[in-house]
Amino acid sequence: MVTHKFTEHALSDWMRGKGPDSEIVISSRVRIARNLNMLPFPMLATNQQSKEILETLSHVLESKELANLGQFNEVLLSDLNELEKRVLVEKHLISPNLANESRNGAVLISDNEAASIMINEEDHLRIQCLYPGFQLEEAWEMASQIDDIFEDQVDYAFDETRGYLTSCPTNVGTGIRASVMIHLPALVLTQQMNRLLPAITQVGLAVRGIYGEGSEAVGNLFQISNQITLGQSETEIIENLYSVAKQIIEHEKAAREKLMLESSTRVKDRIQRSFGILSFAEVMDSKEASQRLSDVRLGLDLGIIDGVSSDVLNELIVMSQTGFLQQYYGHKLNTEERDFYRAKLIRDKLSKS
Amino acid sequence: MICQECGKKPATLHFTKIVNGEKTEFHICESCAREKGELIPGTTNGFSIHSLLSGLLDFDPTGKGNATGQKAQVIRCEACGLTYSQFSKIGRFGCSSCYKHFEDRLDPLFKRVHGSTKHLGKIPKRRGGTIQTKRELEDLKKELQYLIIHEEFEHAAQIRDQIRELEKRISAG
Repeated sequence: MVTHKFTEHALSDWMRGKGPDSEIVISSRVRIARNLNMLPFPMLATNQQSKEILETLSHVLESKELANLGQFNEVLLSDLNELEKRVLVEKHLISPNLANESRNGAVLISDNEAASIMINEEDHLRIQCLYPGFQLEEAWEMASQIDDIFEDQVDYAFDETRGYLTSCPTNVGTGIRASVMIHLPALVLTQQMNRLLPAITQVGLAVRGIYGEGSEAVGNLFQISNQITLGQSETEIIENLYSVAKQIIEHEKAAREKLMLESSTRVKDRIQRSFGILSFAEVMDSKEASQRLSDVRLGLDLGIIDGVSSDVLNELIVMSQTGFLQQYYGHKLNTEERDFYRAKLIRDKLSKS
Repeated sequence: MICQECGKKPATLHFTKIVNGEKTEFHICESCAREKGELIPGTTNGFSIHSLLSGLLDFDPTGKGNATGQKAQVIRCEACGLTYSQFSKIGRFGCSSCYKHFEDRLDPLFKRVHGSTKHLGKIPKRRGGTIQTKRELEDLKKELQYLIIHEEFEHAAQIRDQIRELEKRISAG
């Protein structure tokens, strides 16, 4: 079963590549929303209609053009158990919406997991492309190529004035949501994030924490994305996000330098302390794991820690999530067991790397 | 203070709602608030992008006030049957035809969400031909205006010829 391939390993192949600014930007993502003409959106589609949608869109899988972009595998949501769905969500290969609410939902995942094409999510079609580091342009080009292949074979719901028609009015027009996952420990540590947040939202972008509750960013990981999809071209949207993210990266770099200049001993102590705890602790909850892994990542970037690869850190971000942990150890775990196995997993991974 | 809705329980929620610049104060008890389904920050209802959106959708952009309030209930998409009031509650369209049937009300919504009402991005290739030409035409007309204002008549004449050419192409299909 192909699914195993996608749920077994925490680190997607595409993550192994190194992108520009990858010491701060973990990944760049572009997703575009599309719908078929003449069929109701998934929310109102009947079972029969959503089957038809699935068939029509799955059919594109057979096209040579798509094969040229990579080997795609179709995974039907109905073939997955709860845990497998959760793992795919934790790896960002499917959305929580597709996992929990879709009818006749499916996802086409490329071999290296850089592209995933969701069917019967909130929209009929959601094309998502992920790239390591700061590569928004590349992600958009890939997504647009896949879009062209679909457009060639199916009839999209498109309006001259409104653009691509989507289920939610927040996606209409280009249907594009571009985002970067960005690690900002120094800006958080120096309490500059609170000043930056309002400025970012004022230019039509949104910031949210990743893996955290609400706006809290566990592990200092933030996602910055465009909010506006109508009235700007895709290139403008990408460029706008790019230039704002670029500025944030520069702020983060400056904050790191300042930290090292003014309080290097304390920063080093914090990083080594976290490294020590991760290397020896017997019990570790997910919040502490995220925070300490963030410290170690910073230590790696600043050259304070060596002997740990950033691949291992990226892998641990996903692996220490609840779903993956249970998948890895092969059975359901209660909270206490999870904290125990999480600590064990981190110890093992760090000592091996 | 007693709840202004049921007039029985003490009002525990006090908030001001501003819709289209019009302020309304509310003093209600929690159970009435829940019944009314009002979007109240800080309550346990939680809020999603869709409930936030419905706050934006739930107003009468025609500005005719309550007189047309009743009529607003029955605007319905003929293709999928979704009513405008359902749309404004869920914050999602039912099908692509909803965009046509709710069209009169969408400009203000898109203006608020996106600051714009017109798509300027990618166009499907198979429909692209004429749309692309129309866009070019609009751009040229703007340029023509600019050139006339700045009295660059020679250049303006060239643009005018290009416009004629494009218009011929569009009418020829």
